[in-house]
Amino acid sequence: MIETPLTATIQPDGKPLDVTGYERVGGYQAMRKALNMTPEAIIGEIKSSRLRGRGGAGFQTGRKWEAVPKRDEPPFLRYLIVNADEMEPGSFKDRLLLEKTPHQLIEGVIIGAFAIQAALAYIFVRGEYVLALERLAHAVVEAQARGYVGRDILGSGFSLTIHVHASGGRYICGEASALFSALEGRRAIPRARPPRSAVSGLWGKPSVVNNVETLCCVPPIIERGANWYLGLSHSVDGGTKLYGVSGRVKRPGLWELPFGTPLNEILFEHAGGMRAGYECRAVLPGGASTAFIVPENFDVRMDFASVQKIGSSLGTGNIVVLDQRRCPIGLLRNLEHFFAQESCGWCTPCRDGLPWVERILTAIEAGEGKAEDLELLIHHVSFLGPGCTFCDLAPGAMAPLGSGLKHFRSEFERHINEKACPWHDTKDAWT
Amino acid sequence: MSTVEQDFVHEPLGPRLRHQIATIARHAEDKRAACIDALKLVQKRFRFVSDVHLAEVAALLEMTPAELDGVATFYNLIFRRPVGRHVILLCDSVACWVMGGAAACAHLCERLSVKPGETTEDGRFTLLPIVCLGHCDHAPAMMVDEDLYGDLDAARLDDILRRFR
Ligand SMILES: Cc1cc2nc3c(=O)[nH]c(=O)nc-3n(C[C@H](O)[C@H](O)[C@H](O)COP(=O)(O)O)c2cc1C
Ligand code: SF4
Ligand code: FES
Repeated sequence: MIETPLTATIQPDGKPLDVTGYERVGGYQAMRKALNMTPEAIIGEIKSSRLRGRGGAGFQTGRKWEAVPKRDEPPFLRYLIVNADEMEPGSFKDRLLLEKTPHQLIEGVIIGAFAIQAALAYIFVRGEYVLALERLAHAVVEAQARGYVGRDILGSGFSLTIHVHASGGRYICGEASALFSALEGRRAIPRARPPRSAVSGLWGKPSVVNNVETLCCVPPIIERGANWYLGLSHSVDGGTKLYGVSGRVKRPGLWELPFGTPLNEILFEHAGGMRAGYECRAVLPGGASTAFIVPENFDVRMDFASVQKIGSSLGTGNIVVLDQRRCPIGLLRNLEHFFAQESCGWCTPCRDGLPWVERILTAIEAGEGKAEDLELLIHHVSFLGPGCTFCDLAPGAMAPLGSGLKHFRSEFERHINEKACPWHDTKDAWT
Repeated sequence: MSTVEQDFVHEPLGPRLRHQIATIARHAEDKRAACIDALKLVQKRFRFVSDVHLAEVAALLEMTPAELDGVATFYNLIFRRPVGRHVILLCDSVACWVMGGAAACAHLCERLSVKPGETTEDGRFTLLPIVCLGHCDHAPAMMVDEDLYGDLDAARLDDILRRFR
C-alpha cells in the first residue's frame, strides 16, 4: 500500500473536512507537537526530510526557512506567504489541496510560521479560485475558534494571524518578489535580488514564500518524522508528489505518487495511456515553462535531478500531453501568446521579445513564415534565456520554444516550405 | 448599455461601500495594500470600476487616481470598462487548446454573436479569454461569473447558456 500523506484525509465526495472531522483523523496533532519543539528542531527535521519546494524551482524548504533571522535576532516582524497563485498553464494540483484539504494547509502554515517566528501569514490565492477562497476563509475562522490561530496559540506564547488574499489576477504575481508588490497594493513587478527575501521581502521585512503543496507536506513530516518521509520517495528527495496529466489520455487527473515515479508509469498506468485514435508526440512535464520531453525519454524519473538531466525541468509535475492531431507550432504559439500577454513589461528583452516571438510563430503557423524566421527564434531563445532578464518568466517562456525548435524542426520546415499548416483542418476542431 | 445602467454607475459609492473600504484599509498594513480588495468590492456592486468610482476609492486610500489606475489596469480581473450581466471567462491556455478550446471559443462567439472581449447586444454576457483555470483534467474549461464548468462541448455550452436566459 502506497502512503499518501497529502491526500489521505480527502473525502470521497471531495467536500473538505471541518475542523472536528480533520482532528478526528489526526489533524492538528503535528501542530501540537511542533509548538513543543524549538524552531531550530523543526527546521532540522524539514531539512532531514529533503523536502524541496513544489512551486517549480525546487528549493530546499528547510534551507529557505533557516535563512530567516533567528528568533532573538531583529527584525522581529516576519511574514510567511503561501503562494496559491497557481496560474502556470496545465497545473491544477494546488486547487485540489486548497478546496479539499484546507485545514492541512493551515496546519502547515502554523508550523511554518512558528519555525520562522512569523506573526503574520498571507495566503495569496488567485482570484478565479472562488471555491478555494471560500473554503479557506471558513477553515481559518474554524481554526481561530479552536485557538489554533490567533493570540498565544494553545498557551505556547506564539501568536499568528492568517489573512486570505484574493489576487487581482496576473501570472507574474506567482513570482515570489512580484507577489510582495501585489500584496503591497502595487503593480506586480519583480524586485532585484539581493537583498534576499529571507532578509527583506514584504514591506522590507524577512519573508518566506512557499507553495501550497510544499506547506501541505509539512504536518505529516513533523508528525511522523523525516526518515519515514524519505522512505516514501523513489528519489534522493523526500516524499510524495501530486502528479497530474491533461490532454488526450484515457483518464486525465491527479495522483499522489512516490517522488520520482517514472513518467511512463504516470502516463500509461495512472492516466491510462492515449485514447483510441491519438498518439503521444511529446509532453510538457510541469507546465508551460518546461521543455518538451519526447517518447524516447519517457522512462525518466519525475524528480528534479532526473528531469534536469534530460534537458527539461520538473516544474509543477503536472503534465500536458501533445498528441499527433494538434499542430506543434500552434501549441508553441499558444504558449508564447500566454507569456507575451503575461509579461509584466519591466525589462526590455521580455517586453519586446515575447510579442515578437508570438508574431513570428503566428506567421509560420499561418503559412507566412520565412526560412530566416527559424534563426530569429533561435536567437530569441538565447537572448531571453537564463540570466538575460530580470526574472524567470522569460527563460520559462523559452524552455518549450528552445526544445520545440529541436524536436519539431521538420514540422517548422514543412510550414515554411508548404506555405500552409499541415494541421489546418484540426485548427478549430473539437477532437 | 442602457441609459438606466449608465445612471447606475454614476451613482456615488455610497456610505456603506465607503465604510467597508475604510474598514479594510484600516486593517491593512498600509492603506494602499487594500486597493485590490477595495476595487473588487466596487466591482461586485457596479460590475466594473468607472473613473468616478476609481477617483473616490483613490481618495479613500490616499492614492492619486493615476496611481490607482496604474494598479487597476495591471490586473486581469479588475474591469475598467463596462461588462455584461454575466462574465464568461473561457480558458485559452495550453491544455484547453489541445482539448478543443478553439472550437469552444468559436461556438460561443457564434451563439452570442460576439468576438472575444465583447459584450452581447442585450448586455447579458461578456466573453473574455482567461489564463488556465486549474481545471485542465476537464478541459476545455470556463467560468461563468463565479462558477466553474469543464468538459465543454457544443451541447454542454448550449445547455449552460440556457441557464442564463
Ligand atoms: C513567472 C513565475 C510565476 C510563478 N508562479 C508560481 C505560482 O503560481 N505558484 C507557486 O507556488 N510558485 C510560483 N512560482 C515560483 C515562485 O517564485 C517561488 O519559487 C515558489 O512559490 C516558492 O515556493 P516553494 O519553495 O515552496 O516551491 C513562479 C515563478 C515565476 C518566475
Ligand atoms: S522577465 Fe518579463 S516578467 Fe520578468 S521582470 Fe522582465 S518583463 Fe517582467
Ligand atoms: S489549460 Fe485550461 S484549465 Fe488548465
